[in-house]
Amino acid sequence: MDGALVANQGYLLTVLTFFPLLGTFALLLLKGDDHVWIRRLTLVTSIIEFILSLLLLRGFDISTGSYQLQEIYDWIPSLHIHYHMGIDGISLFLVILTTFLTPLAVLCSWNSIHEHVKEFFAMLLVLEMGMVGVFCSLDLFLFFLFWEVMLIPMYFLIGIWGHGRKIYAALKFILYTMLGSILMLVAILWLSRVSGTFDLVAIQSMLSSGQISLSWHTELLMFLAFMLAFAIKVPLFPLHTWLPDAHTEAPTAGSVILAGVLLKMGTYGMLRFCLPLFPEAAHRAAPVIAVLAIIGIVYAALVAMVQHDLKRLVAYTSVSHLGFVVLGIFVFNPVAMEGAIYQMLNHGVSTGMLFLVCGMLYDRRHTYEIKEFGGLLKPMPILCAFFLFACLSSLALPMLNGFIGEFMILIGVFDSHHFAWASWAATGAILSAVYLLWAYQRVAMEKVTVEKNEKLPDATPRERLILIVASLVILFMGIFSPMFTHRMDATTTALLQQVSNKGGYQVGALRSRPAPHASAVASSAHELALRSVSLERQARP
Amino acid sequence: MFPPLQDLYRIAPEIVLCFFGILIMLIDPFVPAGRKRSMGWLAFVGTLVALASLRFMFTHLGSAYSGLLRVDVFSLFVHGIVIVVAALAILGSFDYLDHENIQRGEYYALLLFATAGMGILASANELITAFVGLEISSISTYILVGFRRTVLKSNESSLKYFLLGSFATAFFLYGIALTYGATRSTRFEAINQAIAAHGSGALLILGLGLIFVGLGFKVVAAPFQIYTPDVYEGAPTPVTAVLACGPKAAAFAVMLRIFYSAFGNASHIWFWAIWVSAVLTMCIGNFAALVQSNVKRLLAYSSIAHAGYILVAFVAASEIGVAAVLFYLAAYAAMTLGAFLIVAHVGGTGERRLDVADYAGLGTNQPWVAACFSLFLLSLLGLPATAGFLGKFYAFSAAVDQRIVWLVVIAAINSVIGAYYYLKVIVAMYFWEPNKEWTPSPMHAPMFIVLLLTAIGTIYLGILPDRVMQWAIASAQSLH
Repeated sequence: MDGALVANQGYLLTVLTFFPLLGTFALLLLKGDDHVWIRRLTLVTSIIEFILSLLLLRGFDISTGSYQLQEIYDWIPSLHIHYHMGIDGISLFLVILTTFLTPLAVLCSWNSIHEHVKEFFAMLLVLEMGMVGVFCSLDLFLFFLFWEVMLIPMYFLIGIWGHGRKIYAALKFILYTMLGSILMLVAILWLSRVSGTFDLVAIQSMLSSGQISLSWHTELLMFLAFMLAFAIKVPLFPLHTWLPDAHTEAPTAGSVILAGVLLKMGTYGMLRFCLPLFPEAAHRAAPVIAVLAIIGIVYAALVAMVQHDLKRLVAYTSVSHLGFVVLGIFVFNPVAMEGAIYQMLNHGVSTGMLFLVCGMLYDRRHTYEIKEFGGLLKPMPILCAFFLFACLSSLALPMLNGFIGEFMILIGVFDSHHFAWASWAATGAILSAVYLLWAYQRVAMEKVTVEKNEKLPDATPRERLILIVASLVILFMGIFSPMFTHRMDATTTALLQQVSNKGGYQVGALRSRPAPHASAVASSAHELALRSVSLERQARP
Repeated sequence: MFPPLQDLYRIAPEIVLCFFGILIMLIDPFVPAGRKRSMGWLAFVGTLVALASLRFMFTHLGSAYSGLLRVDVFSLFVHGIVIVVAALAILGSFDYLDHENIQRGEYYALLLFATAGMGILASANELITAFVGLEISSISTYILVGFRRTVLKSNESSLKYFLLGSFATAFFLYGIALTYGATRSTRFEAINQAIAAHGSGALLILGLGLIFVGLGFKVVAAPFQIYTPDVYEGAPTPVTAVLACGPKAAAFAVMLRIFYSAFGNASHIWFWAIWVSAVLTMCIGNFAALVQSNVKRLLAYSSIAHAGYILVAFVAASEIGVAAVLFYLAAYAAMTLGAFLIVAHVGGTGERRLDVADYAGLGTNQPWVAACFSLFLLSLLGLPATAGFLGKFYAFSAAVDQRIVWLVVIAAINSVIGAYYYLKVIVAMYFWEPNKEWTPSPMHAPMFIVLLLTAIGTIYLGILPDRVMQWAIASAQSLH
């Protein structure tokens, strides 16, 4: 088995994965009513975890597209299951995104959780373990384990600390996801029957060397089984119906994590499993998936526009934005793919920030109804300024992170001669300006319509800290995008090579690829003009 | 003629169990009414000694009593399961019997006899011996099911179990007779050779079918599962726990032996029968459980569904399949025993608190009990990192290995349907407002130890299953 030959390269990923679990055990030792220390301990744990995750950058070699920092041990020899961890350019930043959002989620729940405080933070840490584990595992069994285990803390987060129809939302979330992933399990079993191992690296090399092969019929069925699990998670239209409920009823921290990280697991899974393992099926299915993604982009944007619940609106933006990511993946173009990976990160930070702002509004008024707000700029200018900033980032204003990702995806789609797709997707980008700015207008501008809103306190120092950190990251990612993208280069190239070899796809696109950052900046003027038009349209009464 | 010493070693656990059972029956009349619990401790010691005596079996592997019994790793594995189940059930029964006012010595004695019967089932290498083992364990459990003599429901379920069970054993016996008629032997190897030599005629197929009816009843395979919910609900809950784990494991063991060793050459005949039975069992169990609001009944239906998952591995008819069945039985025993004992604990005096609504707020009132119950339920649901998942995973992979994919797909979808009703109980425990007017009684040490052990077992088999899997594989290899 190929995978077994790899030498272990340190313990960082194991430490990173299980450190939050250690924090959980420490939490359980604390007294249940000692809320201050429970919060502090969780925060410290999650910050240490974040710092640990930054160590990944140091050990990461950008010149190679293969897996790094690998660890492999025999785990269940009777079933040929290994404990195999490793990261590459795709998962590197997703791990860091996870560890970055968790402290923010902890901070934002500082005062808004009053019941079962210990359990809440314990769940949050267990969730973090699951998420990091998903991104790091290179064994199909291990991956599936983290993938499923992670559902439970999320289920409790929504069901216990959520609001409104929380039980319904929690059940819908978990059943939907389980139903999606169970067929993936069958596909995993079949894959291991064919290859005799659960090790992703080994299976991948066996497939590419022709040591094992799947009939196209089998390959398509297995691709669909994997794809169903990931499409539900993303969620891809028309499988998105669980998302608005789960997002809306979840507590703020839950929404942040859900939108920031959990949705990315779907797209991550497509990149990690669907493309390299079943390249031919992926090529066959690509047009259908891309069209579904575009329908999702436009449809979700239109639905978002008519929402009267702020959080639901933000939830629908996720469906729309993730549509871009899926589209970027399934045109098999290096720029688009890199843009998709980058957009995953961007979406995590900017939608996370939008949810954070929503949560802060909720803490003050205990409602998400847009008509309950209005004119908030007057009582709380700082919070509203950050809200606007988050909106702008999410609607892809140049200089901010969202722009780079969306732009790269659109360029890539154009580049692979899918003009219709690109134009339709671009309308989604315009629509996003409409619904976000319109929402901002109704919440923050004009006169204070509800009397209660006049004396609302502005952002507290803790909230400012959260928002400043998030904004700085958004700005940083908008300006220094090559720092991120050049770490993905080798991996995307390798991945596309793998997909192309099998799928009979032209590799020519690889050579003609423009430097993503340069092209993004060059065309930003055009994009800016586009934005200002839509801004203007909004400003009109 | 006195049997050779080695043969006695080979049935050492049965001897020990019966010895302690008889001892308890003899001492019991002289023990004052308030101190009957000491009989329980005596029985517990008996199971520990029996567990230790497995050592003798291990050192004397081979066939005993001129081939009536076959002591191999397979039989050891099943012995291990049923004896541990009995030991834990004894510990878990103390409080229950106290508050039901039925703390009597014969309860423990019957439990030991039943376990001895299951032990014989696990070693049986001949149809009549299997029948004797089946009867010993069945008759003891008929009485145990009706042990709450003053409770109408318990009587009803005992009678039901007895009548239907007698019919099932009668079918089994008739099947033996027909098989004997067709192959002129009741020994497994001889039957198999006869089938290889003469093929399978109508008589043999009929015999095989009747044997399946008899055993299907014991392992609760559809369409012979009808009695399960009523009997499980009416029986004293610790007895239900034993019923779901012990006799089922033993019956599956003997079914494996009969179908693989005796009818291995006729597997093309029973393959589709069991395939269909597996589908029916899973679907009936899961769909019926969806609408249950009584937790005990819900778990009864869930045990039907799990029998279906085990049958999926059974269909595989390979070495991995046998190992998967055995592993599943061990995993299932750990989580189900724990789950039913918690039902016994929460149920309280007279088993009045069995409804899902009675579990409302258990997460606040008794967080550790709720945490354990959640663990068992999640394991039954098949969440990774628990015993239940590994059991399913192994079973499914055994079936996929034999290219039985569609059955696995049905089973996989079924396991998600099952998720709904297990989660329903968790929803009640954590998401509903705590029940103000009533809280469960505090938990005592023996029950606590049992829950701790089963919880540890559930996690251990979920995370580090390899050792038990190796044993299961060794057992499967020893079958041939």
